[in-house]
Amino acid sequence: MHEKDLKLVENSFKKYYFDHFDLIHVPERTSEREFGYQKFNSGMIRHLSIKSDEDLRLMLITEIPSDVYCSNAYYSFPTLSMGEKDWKEADLIFDVDSKDLHLDCRKEHTCLKCNSCGEVALMVQTCPKCNSTKLEQKSLTCKNCISGAKTEVKKLMNILIEDLGIKKQNIRVYFSGNEGFHVYVTNSPYQKLGSRERTDLVDYIMFRSAIPETFGMKKYKPERSSFPEIIDNGWRGRVSKEIFGSKSKRSKEITEIISNGYSVFQQRLENMKTDIGVRIDPNVTMDTHRIFRLAGSLNSKSGLSKIFCKNFEKFDPFQDACFIDDEKIDVVANCPVRFTLKNRKFGTYKNEKISLPKYAAIYMICKGFASTA
Amino acid sequence: MLNLGTDEMAKYPFLAEAGKYLKDKGFTLDQFGTDPDLMPIIEKAYHRIEKASTGKIYHSELENLEQLDVEVFSFLIAVVLLKLSGMNTLIKRFSLAEARRAEKFLEKDLADFSDKTKEQLAVRIIKDLFSVNVQKHKEFFVIPVSDYLKHAVYFHEKEWKLVNRRIENGKVFLTSHESVRLIRKELDSYINSKIQEVSTPSMIDALKKPVEKLRLLSKKFSVPTMVSTEYPPCIKHAIDELNKGENLSHSGRFMLGTYLLSIGQTVSQIAPLFKNAPDYNEKVTLYQLNHLAGNSGSGTEYKCPSCEKVKSKDLCYATSDCDGIINPLQFKKKTTLHA
Repeated sequence: MHEKDLKLVENSFKKYYFDHFDLIHVPERTSEREFGYQKFNSGMIRHLSIKSDEDLRLMLITEIPSDVYCSNAYYSFPTLSMGEKDWKEADLIFDVDSKDLHLDCRKEHTCLKCNSCGEVALMVQTCPKCNSTKLEQKSLTCKNCISGAKTEVKKLMNILIEDLGIKKQNIRVYFSGNEGFHVYVTNSPYQKLGSRERTDLVDYIMFRSAIPETFGMKKYKPERSSFPEIIDNGWRGRVSKEIFGSKSKRSKEITEIISNGYSVFQQRLENMKTDIGVRIDPNVTMDTHRIFRLAGSLNSKSGLSKIFCKNFEKFDPFQDACFIDDEKIDVVANCPVRFTLKNRKFGTYKNEKISLPKYAAIYMICKGFASTA
Repeated sequence: MLNLGTDEMAKYPFLAEAGKYLKDKGFTLDQFGTDPDLMPIIEKAYHRIEKASTGKIYHSELENLEQLDVEVFSFLIAVVLLKLSGMNTLIKRFSLAEARRAEKFLEKDLADFSDKTKEQLAVRIIKDLFSVNVQKHKEFFVIPVSDYLKHAVYFHEKEWKLVNRRIENGKVFLTSHESVRLIRKELDSYINSKIQEVSTPSMIDALKKPVEKLRLLSKKFSVPTMVSTEYPPCIKHAIDELNKGENLSHSGRFMLGTYLLSIGQTVSQIAPLFKNAPDYNEKVTLYQLNHLAGNSGSGTEYKCPSCEKVKSKDLCYATSDCDGIINPLQFKKKTTLHA
């Protein structure tokens, strides 16, 4: 980030942290957590201990980090090196990112930024300005993406509650501050599970490694009675609904499955992964030593806040997570995509100098689509 | 600890404290070498180990009280013989066979609808020794998903993956066979560790011959290994990617680095492999390799990830040569048939 942009973003972040003490809290069991942060144009500082809300706020105001993180794990000695921390347990965490959903709308709001000359264009092979191939993908999120991510979160919640027996009050959903949601599960029987066990949980949630036998289809002499019923719990019920649709079609479908054979059904289950499996980032859940973006902090990829979704159904990140003020700022914008923030539409801009509310200017600067004039 | 009757002890003799059991019954080890009534037990103990060494399960006779004691004694004497022989391969085979034997009893007791005490004992053994909470639910046995996962992750067959299990409200539904199968590995390790814990007694004349026979027996099981100089396909693929100048993922680099370090290559031998990477930086590469080798930071030596992990990161390119291995490092050691 250029010096002038950096100054503007840092000042805006500082103001946010100063004005919004109410949104910034240390999580429970603070002394057992590892904290970390990154400063603009700089590396990660981790293995920190922050003891209270006051300490956290002081750090935010004095250091003005670009991003702030906190462990989902609990340690005896959070400030020591990884091997010496003495891991006790970790909350289950899930990351649903609309980027991973590969929705059709993405091509309409994903651009490539040339790392050589800074030009921004919609999907191309080479930079239209300097022909460089060093292109970085940048995307803005649209309402459709958020709605897609919400669908995944709802699927996830259903599995967590119905299948894994997690109490609803122990699940909290946060907007990630950029393109998706973070789901936390606390006080569950899964706290002490290591990475290997969490990998199996991830496969369960994503509907990976399912075998035909589980759904009644044996290699030799399959029996009609072994196939699942629509009213079954867990994956048997979900697969049943997906395949049969309704109870009346069950018998006909089973005949077809048996006549098509084992491997065709195996492939069908494989294909079902994207529709009925939950698309989470597996690495986040498998990692028991991760430091994860702290709730209430700003995301430097957008200038939006990672924030708890009080009313998940109605939650609108472009409204509810946008806290930077609306002071007018002059920027030169090169943004080939339209976006909406705080119910105001912006874009498109073609290398033009414009005056915008600060929240929109910061959003574009963070995305790499604008610079201060 | 569990309070067991003799019939239960005969089924699960590894729960007995060897010295205490003999003493409580009024016997010493020496008597087994001199008392003509007890001497056949040494023969039985040898037979028990021999059978285990061939991978078969020793069949118990649990008809009358006298036989029950003999069952426990033959187990305890077998442990003494194994300790005196010092043959670890036999101890391993013995504990596995004994685990399988106990598994059969546990499974039967667990599913015994007519005898509540037997079922409760099986449930308690599973809970006390292996921290698995089993509850009966109609014809099924239900255990918490978190308990299930702690054990099931050791299985490589897909049927044990959680996605292929019946799950409801945080519980996994299993048959009695599956419930007991779940703890096989731990049961084996438990028996093995109990044998390892026993202190080796002094040799007595009557045991010299069977111990010698055991030493001879164990020679049958030393398998020569052939070391392959080929890299496993995942490593080959990672090296090819780097050679082509492709951007190998962080996990790919981690796997390659830890693998090569584990087979004895040095940091300076490995570093040049990364030269073609689009983001190559010599200083960073050396720092990271040194970190993996445990030369910097906390000194932790990072291990090559398991095949399962490699697979989950989309780095696995398994061929039939990979059958039966669970870590890329095992690709190097292919066992040949008995020489």
